[in-house]
Amino acid sequence: MAQVRLESIGKTYPGGVRAVDGVSILIEDGEFIVLVGPSGCGKSTTLRMIAGLEAITDGEIRIGDRRVNDVAARDRDIAMVFQDYALYPHMTVGRNLSFGLLRRRQYSSRLRSLLSGSYRANRRKETGAISDRVARAADVLGLGDLLDRHPRELSGGQRQRVALGRAIVRDPSVFLLDEPLSNLDAKLRGEMRTELRRLHRQLGATMVHVTHDQEEAMTLGDRLVVMKDGIVQQCGPPVELYREPVNRFVASFIGTPEMNFLEGVIEEGGVFTSGSVRIELPKGRWPSVSVGQQVTLGVRPEHLERVADSDAMFTGEAEVVEQLGDRTDVILVNGNHRMTARIASGSGLREGDSASLRADLSQAHLFAVDDGENRIATK
Amino acid sequence: MVRWTRRFLVGLALTVGSVAMLFPLWWMLVISLESPQRAAAAAEGGGSIAVWPKDIHWSNYPEALRQIGTEPWQGFLDALANSIVITVLVVVGTVLSSSLVGLAFARMTFRGRGPLFLLMLATMMLPAQVTMIPLFLVFRSLGWIDTILPLVVPAFFGSAFFIFMYRQFIAQISESLIEAARIDGYGMLGIWWRIILPMCTPVTAITAIFTFIFVWNDFLGPLIYLHSDDQSTLALALNSFRNQYGGLENVHLLMAVSVVTMIPCVVLFFAAQRTFVEGIGRGAVKG
Repeated sequence: MAQVRLESIGKTYPGGVRAVDGVSILIEDGEFIVLVGPSGCGKSTTLRMIAGLEAITDGEIRIGDRRVNDVAARDRDIAMVFQDYALYPHMTVGRNLSFGLLRRRQYSSRLRSLLSGSYRANRRKETGAISDRVARAADVLGLGDLLDRHPRELSGGQRQRVALGRAIVRDPSVFLLDEPLSNLDAKLRGEMRTELRRLHRQLGATMVHVTHDQEEAMTLGDRLVVMKDGIVQQCGPPVELYREPVNRFVASFIGTPEMNFLEGVIEEGGVFTSGSVRIELPKGRWPSVSVGQQVTLGVRPEHLERVADSDAMFTGEAEVVEQLGDRTDVILVNGNHRMTARIASGSGLREGDSASLRADLSQAHLFAVDDGENRIATK
Repeated sequence: MVRWTRRFLVGLALTVGSVAMLFPLWWMLVISLESPQRAAAAAEGGGSIAVWPKDIHWSNYPEALRQIGTEPWQGFLDALANSIVITVLVVVGTVLSSSLVGLAFARMTFRGRGPLFLLMLATMMLPAQVTMIPLFLVFRSLGWIDTILPLVVPAFFGSAFFIFMYRQFIAQISESLIEAARIDGYGMLGIWWRIILPMCTPVTAITAIFTFIFVWNDFLGPLIYLHSDDQSTLALALNSFRNQYGGLENVHLLMAVSVVTMIPCVVLFFAAQRTFVEGIGRGAVKG
């Protein structure tokens, strides 16, 4: 396994489109890092640059001690799992697993052994070693019974496991996973997430995973890298990104349902005003805000609770009530304002009912409107 | 009721069409097995239509084949061997070169790819007669006349139509398969041989069958470039046989040689029918 270091890497396509811009990340040996962001944010391009499938316009990539900018994909000692699995359809599962290993047999040593007359013995030894590795990988992923089948005879989940097996069998320095779960249904996706975590623990491998699904990113990654427009917005452990998003984009991208945002102004006495909504902010929590400053208040749905009208910060009509069993998601509308709250189930709230909410402001965030929508520091 | 009537009419039309298409072949087979007198009478039009041989004369076949060329049997065996060698080499050459060029046009980025592809397609519009004389002069200057080289070597430089077919098919193959093979350690040639070519089986079947049929039955090419008797192909031998034994009294022998010449194409078509039809369908839908 190896450390991966990205130093100010960038990618500009012919025609001038800048897909990745100055990305610098240090991926520790054995770390599971997830690149996450909306479509077109540059996460897959970054992964493909690590893989060597995409040329780097500027910056430097190091895998272990080696600078690999100009090293071909096959010589980077990486393995990649593709979104569409990329299993060779004309080969059996066993052959798919061993395909890369067969290529990597040393031709020079084969030539030497041919000349020295030990070719057959060496070939038997090599083939035996490859078979052992395939059997071990198949064992890890429960593919033992499928080795003689073709990909077309497998279910989506089985194909996914074969794709993972093909990476595992190579025992690479780095695993690169390009949205490998996005073609699976919700149930299988959940199972494969668990499987991926287990594999990561078992192999202790350096893994770089790309997804646009923030929930998948949160559950899998030791650290997340949130990207937008080719630029890294924030890099850190999932909980840190959830609790302390650096800007409004990260705050909105991480967490389901999405964080609520109210755009308003700070008035005398530290009161946040947005239309008819007036919220008294805790004294001293945001020492740098000043009266008259335009800000955006961000509150996560789970930090809102239903209260009596007299304690309300926000009152509105329930437009949508989604019963999720253990909890209920409610969208309340009041004029131009719309707030999503996650409340306990069994509240009896129905669509069209009026409800009042109160926010836990100790968990709320303020974002500057005029400063790249960055989060305003708390005390 | 209307449905059944429609099905009946369609079936009837297909049956009539099939009979019209197959009757000449059937007639050729029947005449090849007839006695010389009945065959001549049928060919002249004064005898029976000969829809079924009265007595089956299998001996017509060895007799006909023995009489090809100047030496008994030798002429036929030489022609058969030459036809097999030329056809196999041309089929192999066309499949390898066309798929390789098709891969380049489908998956490799290089300057001038678009114009080159159009230029390549434009060569399909050139009738063979236009290039016949220049090609003959080139091959003569190379000293290749009366060898199989003018018939075989061009096949290793691709065929525009098959390059187009391969290119269209390969363009449908997921890019990630090629990338996976690159990561697995294969270069473009390895990817072509181990991934692309095996996945192109339907196109390869079409290419192989069309090329086989064309080359096996090709008369003009061998006529221009092959002059010696021992270089003759079956198509040339059949023509020589017709010139030598073209009278009505030998029509049964002529038909016997014709049947023997045709057999490989029919066998090949039926052997590869499934893959062939699949390939045609795929080309129709995705091409």
